[in-house]
Amino acid sequence: MSPPIIAIKNVSKTYATGFEALKDINLDIEKGEIFALLGPNGAGKTTLINIICGIVTPSAGKVTVDGHDIVTDYRAVRSLIGLVPQELTADMFETVWTTVSFSRGLWGKWENPAYIESVLKGLSLWDRKDSKLMTLSGGMKRRVLIAKALSHEPSILFLDEPTAGVDVELRKGMWDNVRSLRASGVTVILTTHYIHEAEDMADRIGVIDKGELILVEDKAELMHKLGKKQLTLQLHQALDTIPAELEGHHLALANGGSELVYTYDTQGPRTGITGLLTDLSQAGIRFKDLDTTQSSLEDIFVDLVRRDR
Amino acid sequence: MNFPAIAAIYKFEMARWGRTFLQSIVSPVIATSLYFVVFGAAIGSRITEIDGIAYGVFIVPGLVMLTLLTQSVANASFGIYFPRFTGTIYELLSAPISAFEIVIGYVGAAATKSILLGLVILATAWLFVPFKIAHPLWMVGFLVLTAVTFSLLGFIIGLWADGFEKLQLVPLLIITPLTFLGGTFYSISILPPFWQTVTLFNPVVYLVSGFRWSFYEIADVSPAVSLAMIGVFLAICLAVVWWIFRTGYRLKS
Repeated sequence: MSPPIIAIKNVSKTYATGFEALKDINLDIEKGEIFALLGPNGAGKTTLINIICGIVTPSAGKVTVDGHDIVTDYRAVRSLIGLVPQELTADMFETVWTTVSFSRGLWGKWENPAYIESVLKGLSLWDRKDSKLMTLSGGMKRRVLIAKALSHEPSILFLDEPTAGVDVELRKGMWDNVRSLRASGVTVILTTHYIHEAEDMADRIGVIDKGELILVEDKAELMHKLGKKQLTLQLHQALDTIPAELEGHHLALANGGSELVYTYDTQGPRTGITGLLTDLSQAGIRFKDLDTTQSSLEDIFVDLVRRDR
Repeated sequence: MNFPAIAAIYKFEMARWGRTFLQSIVSPVIATSLYFVVFGAAIGSRITEIDGIAYGVFIVPGLVMLTLLTQSVANASFGIYFPRFTGTIYELLSAPISAFEIVIGYVGAAATKSILLGLVILATAWLFVPFKIAHPLWMVGFLVLTAVTFSLLGFIIGLWADGFEKLQLVPLLIITPLTFLGGTFYSISILPPFWQTVTLFNPVVYLVSGFRWSFYEIADVSPAVSLAMIGVFLAICLAVVWWIFRTGYRLKS
């Protein structure tokens, strides 16, 4: 197995105010993957990203990027990284073209109008290249920030809430861009509040809460391990209580007693559905319809964070 | 050395200045013309000569210094404060660029702007009074050194300020009074002995004196002392900038 592109060892951060934003974080990011870092507001996601990118100084620990230390070998590290920050920061009086070209220069690359043109076209910004940033909508400004991050051809891309304020169609286009970046070998680390986006995009998921990394897991594995399925039976006759002979199935009543909900583990050797249906028949409970639902990453995330509180 | 980054910052800052070029040039030219009308024609008619130099001619180096100091501080402080204010400073902090390269870009652009303005002031002054420059190379040397030093000071102010009020505070309350009291419009030899001694604590005296010497070979203090004082001031500013980037003061949390 190749060494991780980013290795975070025992990283902690306590701000001058005394707020402990990160507590002993250990995390490896693999080359070429899309890693989604999830967590509630103030969990420490942005602090962790900012530490790797050189914007925040860690209180303890060590981070290496492609084998280079982020402090002693900062040039090598930062030249690999593109960052799309969460805040919509912009030089209001500059044009799209100027600000994106400026970023390319900062990262040590001489001007390349053809490349900048391709980036702007890819983000549907080409026809606004001469517009001042102050005239752009929030979604367009967000795309300008992405263009700035891509302007220097990074091999690692941090996307901190990249789709906040972007409309659905453009959001889809942005994720298509991210997929093609990944296909070209770029490692992507993203945070998002739209957890279904992480579910669609990520190879691995990390959940951070109150400064602690509470879970890092392959997405498919996570969905398999922590995902639950529910079977909902719509009854002919509503029940007041669950009959004693069905207690062993851990059922719940819903919708005023007209629905019987059975939750089962997707990972278990048996679902227990056959036994349930037999017992229902013996108890004389008839149903007119049924459906099953599977928990989403959002449900898993909410469960994890709640459990941690 | 990240040359594309230095070039990018320099170009970006010069372009920002270019957008307000007319205002940047017209305003100092009008101010200089007014100084000549008030100090040269009105007051100058009563003060005929200082150290054998016509008063109108005598004030030319001081006027150039006045513009040079205020513009250097204003340009450099705004240049670095604005990205802090808008939040775009994150790019500078996360780019593969050293503190030294950032300083070259911002201070270089600020110094270039103020030197160009200084030359415009000289050209304007030429329309009012015929002056000579005895040591053109020294004149350029003092001009560049002063512009760089005060641009560094402006850069420090831009990093220190946490609001537009503070950004204006130092130029208004310190730089402008020191410039006016630093022999811009007079020779300190005309002051009473006590105030002459007090004035020697004003660093601007050395800048104006050295610069004036390069024009007319007259000086309140020795040109060597002037040069040394600019050197000391430059070293102090460099040390402060180095400390700011080393500690991340006002930049990193």
